[in-house]
Amino acid sequence: MADKVFALPNVQTPSVPVKINPDKCIGCNTCVETCQIDVFIPNPKKGAPPIILHAEECWYCGCCATDCPTPGAMEFNWPLPLKPRWRNKETGVVSQLK
Amino acid sequence: MGTWHEYFKAEGTPPEWPYPIKFGEESEYETDVVVLGGGIAGCWAAISAARSGAKVAMFEKGDVRRSGAGGPGCDHWCNVPGNPLSRVEPDDWAIQEMNSLGDFSNGIGIQIQCREDYDTLLEMEQMGGKIRDDKDEFVGVEGRDPETKLMFSPRYSVDGSLAPAEGWGKPGFNPPEKRNNTVIRIWGSTFKPILKRECKKLGVNIIERTMATRILNENGRQGARVVGATGINARTGEFIIVKAKAAIIATSGSGFVYYFDSEHGGISTMYSRNQTGDGTVMAWKAGAKLTMMECSGASRFSGGLRHKWYTGGGDASYENVPLVDANNKRLPAPIQGWEDGGAMFSPQARIIAQIREGVKHGEYKLPFYGDFAAMKPEEAHATWDLMLNEESTTKVMVKTMTEGGFDKYSDQIMNYTLIEMQPSQQYRDAGSGGGIMTDWDLMTNVEGLFAAGMSTYSPGDHSYAAATGRYAGRKAAAYAKRVEQGEISREEIDREKKRVLAPTKRCGGIEWKELNVGVNRVMQYFASEFKNEEMLNLALEEIARIEENAVPQLFALDPHKLMRSLECLSIIEYAKIALNAMKERRLSSPKLRIERQDYPDADPEELKNYLALHLENDEIVFERIPIRFWGNMKEQYEAHNQDYTGVYKG
Amino acid sequence: MGTWHDYLKAAGTPPEWPYPIKYGEETEVETDVLVLGGGIAGCWAAISAARNGVKVALFEKGDVRRSGAGGPGCDHWCNVPANPLSRVDPDEWAIEMINALGDYSNGIGIEIQCREDYDTLLEMEQMGGKIRDDKDEFVGAEGRDPETKLMFSPRYGAKAGYGAHPDWRKPGFNPPEKRNNVVIRIWGSTFKPILKRECKKLGVQIFDRVMATSLLNENGKQGARVVGATGINGRTGEFIIARAKATIIATAGSGQLWNIDMEHGGYSYMYSRNENGDGSVMAFKAGATITMREGSHPFGIASGLKHKWYTGGGDASYENVPIVDANNVKLDLVTQGWADAGAMNSPDLLQAVRDGVESGKFELPMFGDFAGMKPEESNATWNLMLNEESTTKIMVKTMTEGGFDHTRDQIMNYSFIEMQSPPQYYDAPRGGGILHDWNLKTTLDGLYAAGTAVFSPEDHSFAASTGRYAGRKAAAYAKTVELGEVCREQIAKEKERVLAPAMRSEGIEWKELHNGLCRVMQYYVSQYKTERLYNLALEEIARIEENAVPQLYALDPHKLMRSLETLSAIESAKIIIYAQKERKLSSPKLGINRLDYPEPDEEELKKYLLMHLENDEVVFERIPIRFWGNMKEQYEAHNQDYTGVYKG
Repeated sequence: MADKVFALPNVQTPSVPVKINPDKCIGCNTCVETCQIDVFIPNPKKGAPPIILHAEECWYCGCCATDCPTPGAMEFNWPLPLKPRWRNKETGVVSQLK
Repeated sequence: MGTWHEYFKAEGTPPEWPYPIKFGEESEYETDVVVLGGGIAGCWAAISAARSGAKVAMFEKGDVRRSGAGGPGCDHWCNVPGNPLSRVEPDDWAIQEMNSLGDFSNGIGIQIQCREDYDTLLEMEQMGGKIRDDKDEFVGVEGRDPETKLMFSPRYSVDGSLAPAEGWGKPGFNPPEKRNNTVIRIWGSTFKPILKRECKKLGVNIIERTMATRILNENGRQGARVVGATGINARTGEFIIVKAKAAIIATSGSGFVYYFDSEHGGISTMYSRNQTGDGTVMAWKAGAKLTMMECSGASRFSGGLRHKWYTGGGDASYENVPLVDANNKRLPAPIQGWEDGGAMFSPQARIIAQIREGVKHGEYKLPFYGDFAAMKPEEAHATWDLMLNEESTTKVMVKTMTEGGFDKYSDQIMNYTLIEMQPSQQYRDAGSGGGIMTDWDLMTNVEGLFAAGMSTYSPGDHSYAAATGRYAGRKAAAYAKRVEQGEISREEIDREKKRVLAPTKRCGGIEWKELNVGVNRVMQYFASEFKNEEMLNLALEEIARIEENAVPQLFALDPHKLMRSLECLSIIEYAKIALNAMKERRLSSPKLRIERQDYPDADPEELKNYLALHLENDEIVFERIPIRFWGNMKEQYEAHNQDYTGVYKG
Repeated sequence: MGTWHDYLKAAGTPPEWPYPIKYGEETEVETDVLVLGGGIAGCWAAISAARNGVKVALFEKGDVRRSGAGGPGCDHWCNVPANPLSRVDPDEWAIEMINALGDYSNGIGIEIQCREDYDTLLEMEQMGGKIRDDKDEFVGAEGRDPETKLMFSPRYGAKAGYGAHPDWRKPGFNPPEKRNNVVIRIWGSTFKPILKRECKKLGVQIFDRVMATSLLNENGKQGARVVGATGINGRTGEFIIARAKATIIATAGSGQLWNIDMEHGGYSYMYSRNENGDGSVMAFKAGATITMREGSHPFGIASGLKHKWYTGGGDASYENVPIVDANNVKLDLVTQGWADAGAMNSPDLLQAVRDGVESGKFELPMFGDFAGMKPEESNATWNLMLNEESTTKIMVKTMTEGGFDHTRDQIMNYSFIEMQSPPQYYDAPRGGGILHDWNLKTTLDGLYAAGTAVFSPEDHSFAASTGRYAGRKAAAYAKTVELGEVCREQIAKEKERVLAPAMRSEGIEWKELHNGLCRVMQYYVSQYKTERLYNLALEEIARIEENAVPQLYALDPHKLMRSLETLSAIESAKIIIYAQKERKLSSPKLGINRLDYPEPDEEELKKYLLMHLENDEVVFERIPIRFWGNMKEQYEAHNQDYTGVYKG
């Protein structure tokens, strides 16, 4: 089953507002309740990580990641066109979030 | 009915991928000439190579029947001074055309087009393409010759330029007896299926739904002779290896480097998503010289953020349709008609500014319309049922609007010139005019590698693609006859296969659209309206970060999305080439469509050179090559084509 | 991990909709006060009504815990002249504020804010909200009062309004001893969960994930007393009917009418998609009078086509952070800091820098120079202001984790290299909204409004104090009346309208419909406007309603809600066009530019343009600006029973 290729529409863009670590996430669904726009739905399997369903509606408020009670379970992920940049004033090196 | 969601609703499960998945599998072919890209240039190259006796294989991302920018059709056969009614001499016309296009035009390509375009057109007719009004549907239309039934277009009728000539719009301007007659109106929507049929008849091995991914150099050494190419099937994921004595790049586009939007109006730019400049990038990686890659002008046409190209009445080539304001007052704009000698409106900033002022002061009232109803019925008929009905993506506009009740004799099409979003200064066309350098055989500096059509630098349009494709095919075939198959490097192939298939090994991360938009943002910020050394360096650093962080996350759920993903990788390379060229050109010049804040002026000496660049051991080498390096066009053409036999005799 | 595609890959089938589908089912609720919208204004309205002893129900599209524009946080508590360190008198400050905001400000709301904002803030603290630097984290930051540990902001320090003070470049400008001290920096990210907790404690019946869809008039008659509202659950599709003696509209937003773009950067506007302006559309349809809908202006901030609001270092309120060019040359711009008394940049200041870029005086790119600030100040900006303001908290977190050091680094600024908004991208005004009296009651009996739903609203603390005020007034009203008669026919019609997209599984989805509407607005109602273009726009919207709306489909209750929002957006667009057509003038004050009426009409400009529906026909009225009378007297006359900070 895992290798089955479905004919799917293009993945909505951007698609990954947060990265969920399945080893740490306890499936408490706090993020599902915190998100004001229902980006997430609960996983049908109890205790499993939620599913990112409406990724492109995300307004990047970050409340899901801020309020996640399990350290390391959820990492906020800026989409590629929105990643912040900064410069070290002394060295002049410009960095950007990964 | 027919949407994915409906299928899912009815079946309770998404459809399975309808084609066999062959990730990792390989097919190998051997041929004399391999053509990369099956559009207008590619088809003509394949046909001409095959007619010259070579064994030909051809990669095409879509299906050759309707693929490429010219797949849906074409209305103008440009620069055909070799036709019997032309009032200009082909060699003179080539010079005039080159002069009007400016210092950075492609003299070799133009000379080929001017010399061989009419032969090419006659061959198109031989194969079954419609080039004359043989059914007398357009009797009475200006430019129609009653004897040959060829239909001349107003374009270039006064001079070799799309800008309005002195005295336009005044009585007595551009009289019929003085016109150049160098552009012919044609029924281009019939062409592409015929070209495919001819390829098949000639035994061309057409490898469809396959994106070429790499040109193979002998023993895998960059810059060495070409010995084949690889590709990936976008339906099955199968990896294709073609061993060949010669390769012809006939791909096109440089699209989507500065902007991409599929949400608002789909990908309604001038090109389809398939035209992503992969060929230029492949040639680059193989060691071929590119030039003009520093150019980038603010984008004029379309994009999903605006109205579809053409359907905005008068945006582009609404030949001969006067533009009027809301009160039917004529706008002082050229309309590509007889009265202005085929001059275009949309590039004329001064005229647009004048009309804009008029709108602000109440002289002209919005909205504007393309006034079909005011035209002579014969002219409206020719514009609607010949020009628009035969040109690229406008055929379906004619069909749907006619069925929806539009009447070309009584109605006017709304025009969006001023009310539509002006493209932002940050939205640009990358490498406008940029492409592959060739010699008089259309061969690049890499032996056995030829280029035609849009993939050459400063290319022309449909008939340019046809004529240069036909020429490159002939030359590549001749070359292939002289050489043996070379040694391909299995190591190079394995490396390429790994690169190509990498996105299919992941099912999460960054998908192609986000990657595309991410690259766009870099170009918009650091390489658009304001450029300086530091900004260009920032752009390169940022692209390096994208390559380091984002590209390893690129994922593709199926072979189609794999192709789209690989296109994004081409776009990244394209952007890097453009940035490096911009850095090297320390000047500002409207001619080259480059402006740099740290070099606001241009060194006149520098402007007398092309900036050529190529890779040696993956390091960029820059060269300056004097403009008009091609020498005397007539002499050179003749020296290289003593064996040319004219129209195909079967 | 976590994406829909991952799930499909692992499970071999898409997830089933995780909530029970209840299309067609109904829940009916009866209450005294019904609050529509559970953001800052809505929560405060619910809490204050409940504290006044009435039964309260509240509809909220999201979950009240973090919903609304203020859900993630807030850094400024504005217009709080009643605080003990203020150097201005609340009533005088209110007048100064409306003068600074111009003729079309909301004098009633401002007076309420100036009078009650400090009480509201203290109540926030009572409930557990953090409003002081009690842990001494920001000792040494300018504006911090060592005794109260309140932290004042530079905003409005020298005068009311965001414009730069004429003397801002002079030495000795804005000295500490002369500052107004009317804006307090706060830890707003703690507020929203506390407000929800309080609502629950007070027995407010919270309907999370429910979008209000219509107001119910008594006996279904447009313009009659409001006797309740309907809603739809965005997870189950259940239809909710609430009967109420009084209803408070506390929704927000005016919707994206000229552009939505989600492909490039998600829905990264100043508001989330939920803040769509449904509330004023609902009020309008019920017959309430709205005003100020004629204004619109080129789109300023963000959208997915540009960088996210704020993360572009200095685009918005990087309080006190100097902006420098690539060579660390300081730009001649105000920075909302102490040096300029909290002023925001004006077009002429920005143009001068742009000219400097073109002439080579400044080199791109620009940076927000955190490293050039005093460490205490950059600490306060980064860890208090940005860490507490709306959606910037996550920026602080991710950038800090990613290695950004506010004492050493500079944030890249895109003001001059980023795409300037094309002239066809406009924005509907925040200024348009519901007309109300000194009780925050609308023109309809039983209907109140607060926060961003009222005309010419202000920010977070305006929402809080007007919500709190409306709750009190609505509760008082509810005590005097019985439940009114709802009209079953009106409900049935609304239910049919609301569920229609769920009955179809093909056609046009909400994004395409919304984009289609945007194209109309871009072409006919943006840079160039004339009577003829307005008429074309209205005809085209009529065609959209005739041809496209009947094809609108929604695959699940969530997408149903999004679809209904797009229908609201269509109504909003029509309202704006009606209003602009009626105002036959051009005026930057009002944000209206017409080619066919290029001049301002001074007499006409002295009036608000009001509009409401009678038998579904638009009726226009004009009332003079400053119709609210003497603010101090009116406030006092209407609030003789006001008891100040809640005493439990």
